[in-house]
Amino acid sequence: MTALTFGYALEVVNLKKTFGGLTVTQNVSLSIRPGERRLIIGPNGAGKTTLFNQISGDLRPNSGSISLFGSDITHLPPYKRAHLGLSRTYQIITLFAGDTLEHNVTLGLLGLRRARWQMWRPLSFYGNMTTEARRTLDAVGLLQLATHPISDIAYGERRRVELAMALAQQPRVLLLDEPLAGLSNTERATVKSLIASIPRQTTVIMIEHDMDTALDLAETVTLLNYGRVIVDGERDAVIADERTREVYLGT
Amino acid sequence: MKWIGVALVAGSLLLPPLFAGDFYINLASQILIAAIFALSLNLLVGFGGMTSLGHASYLGVGAYISALLTSRYGFGHGAAALLSIVGTTAMAAFFGVIALRASGLGFLMITLALSQVLWGLAYRMSNVTNGDNGIAGLTRPAPFGISLDSPISFYWFALIVATFALVMMATFVSSAFGSSLKGVRDQPRRMAALGFNPWLIRWITFVYAGFWGGVAGLLYVYYHKYMHPTSLSTTSSAEALLGVIAGGSGTLGGPAVGAALVVLLKNYVSAYLERWNMLLGLVFLFIVLVTPTGIVPGVSRLTTRLRGGER
Repeated sequence: MTALTFGYALEVVNLKKTFGGLTVTQNVSLSIRPGERRLIIGPNGAGKTTLFNQISGDLRPNSGSISLFGSDITHLPPYKRAHLGLSRTYQIITLFAGDTLEHNVTLGLLGLRRARWQMWRPLSFYGNMTTEARRTLDAVGLLQLATHPISDIAYGERRRVELAMALAQQPRVLLLDEPLAGLSNTERATVKSLIASIPRQTTVIMIEHDMDTALDLAETVTLLNYGRVIVDGERDAVIADERTREVYLGT
Repeated sequence: MKWIGVALVAGSLLLPPLFAGDFYINLASQILIAAIFALSLNLLVGFGGMTSLGHASYLGVGAYISALLTSRYGFGHGAAALLSIVGTTAMAAFFGVIALRASGLGFLMITLALSQVLWGLAYRMSNVTNGDNGIAGLTRPAPFGISLDSPISFYWFALIVATFALVMMATFVSSAFGSSLKGVRDQPRRMAALGFNPWLIRWITFVYAGFWGGVAGLLYVYYHKYMHPTSLSTTSSAEALLGVIAGGSGTLGGPAVGAALVVLLKNYVSAYLERWNMLLGLVFLFIVLVTPTGIVPGVSRLTTRLRGGER
């Protein structure tokens, strides 16, 4: 069993979460291989973000277990999961509005470095972190805005900063919660190619409603409904599955 | 422009003692003590997003430890000061664990409750603290053999300590750790997801703020040479909090300006008006209505606008 589970980047077993009488996650099990591109779909209220919140540690499940590269993280606080190589973005943009883009991305880097406890040297002392932050901003096409505060930039650009913050951490497992939400067609194309260019050392798990774009990025798909896994498997098989049509595609 | 400001502040701190009377020099010393205290509270309120209504605990306990050790137990000032700072910091470490179980209003209420316990103890444990009569007949230390008994020598002493405190706290908030702290204030959940431990960051800041609260307490007891439970009262905490908010929380100069305002109002107005608290309230109401972010941010916005700058 242990030898087997070690083969997975992320393994969720029989996860269950209730809010009062409402069961939002019901015996969810997922096995995601290193480097896999997994898309999680399902109607509104299917429990997708709640599942992400349990994986990232923002919510504690009632029962079940979560392991990252074979080590049990079910009871670890979020910051420890980050140090084990888990990063995430948020559906609702969660940035530091008064700070510059550069500072936002630098915080992503600082979070994994010992310098975050450094009490007499300013952040600017760590020039290599700034360089790396700027390199990541360049990768998402926002270098020219690096010294602007977040409050100055457009929504679509903020989405990319969300992504940059997570990418800067070079995570082993990356959770993307609706990275395309609210973007224009051109922005979609930009972010899509950005996600496509994420190196294979990073396992990507993505929640997304925009099927046209997201399906191209995915290798495997999990369909959730009412907190349960309905279908789970290779992309084409899941799309072709009758239950998918019933629940989601509505034809 | 910035240097003109620095020169003005330095001038107003360095020159008056040379020609002002004792009354004003003493007033300036009180302002410096209140400024250290407000700055330490600002670490919590402005930079950490932790609004405390019990910060007088650290000033009061720091002062009481020194007062008791020197007057009752025959300690020298050096040892008493050291024990007072260590004791106050240790208390902050313990109180921090309790108070940081909550955030926001819960945090505020716990800090208030803890300070009320201490205030009650100071009143009721009269066999130790002498209760409402207070501890009188205290002395000032004589560091390196220099007596601090004259108003002017005490002022220089307070100025040195206050400058050091300001530099230390400024370094703290502008450090990498300061960035962690401000991040946790603004987006605790995101910071945790990025690998920061929000609880520990807040706790360290709480302890550091307690440390400087204790330093302010030492100066306080040296200045007054008398100790009474009111220094632990909610009024004492609230005055500092008002100073922080009125001056501009989350700025470095703001709390000092706010603290100066409180001390001046208290000393001047109370001479003419018995209900000086009422005027204090009205002044703060005015400040909050005119510049909701505080005097210092408000004035700096005004000056940039007058010079035709943007934002």
